[in-house]
Amino acid sequence: MAETTHAARRNGGGPVRTDGDADYYLPDCDIYETDEAMTFEVEMPGVKPADLSVQFERGVLTLHGRVDKPVERRLLLNEYGVGDYYRRFEVEMEVDAEHISAELRDGVLTLRLPKAQAVRPRKIEVKAG
Amino acid sequence: MAFELFRQFDPVMQMREFGERMNRLFGGFARPEPWRTAEYPPLNIWEDADAYHLEAELPGLKLEDIEVLVQANEVAIKGQRKPAEDQGRTWHRRERTACSFERSVRLPVPPAGEKVQARFTDGVLHVTLPKSDEAKPRKIEVKA
Repeated sequence: MAETTHAARRNGGGPVRTDGDADYYLPDCDIYETDEAMTFEVEMPGVKPADLSVQFERGVLTLHGRVDKPVERRLLLNEYGVGDYYRRFEVEMEVDAEHISAELRDGVLTLRLPKAQAVRPRKIEVKAG
Repeated sequence: MAFELFRQFDPVMQMREFGERMNRLFGGFARPEPWRTAEYPPLNIWEDADAYHLEAELPGLKLEDIEVLVQANEVAIKGQRKPAEDQGRTWHRRERTACSFERSVRLPVPPAGEKVQARFTDGVLHVTLPKSDEAKPRKIEVKA
């Protein structure tokens, strides 16, 4: 699983990039594989489903969650920054792209990339000779 | 391309283990940015004329998993991030941490305790702590 982003954390780290008015943060991510699929669990607190874009094209997965800039306010304590989330992965696995599913709940995106039939492990019957 | 700056492969990401991640969260590297914090969860607190507002990002939790306690001018947040299921999984990345947490902060003046409200939306906890009447700014008429 190669990744095409910087390593920088949202908690304890600033934006990985600032572009004009927008700040971009790298969301924390768990990735695990089972026999059937590769699953991503990505933390994007503050993002609503309508403001999340998930793209999978030629093996590159791109996640972009938009977060509205907070209104001007006088912070007494300022321990984390608020802004968009952006992260990309190269997925080196044959994916059944038709059946990718994504769900965003309580600020966590669960994205399931099912494996193409050809790369799923198969149990081979061994016959007695 | 707009996101060209992101396209840099970092081998450290691939090797990060749970322990290293914890170090990072709890003060592993020194950065001068204001949002750097040694405690979990990081908090943002601001005020307006009527109330103090406290926000914390707690993705994956539910409101019933979070406790908000107010005593005099101290506000405490408690909860637990449960560990992910492990069986049958081969991990490629593990950056989300499991931990119990408790944080408390002291406000400049005690809030009106019975009017404190907490809501939890899209993984963000927002606590509104209305100021007691004595603590609100008062406009003083200046007489000639």
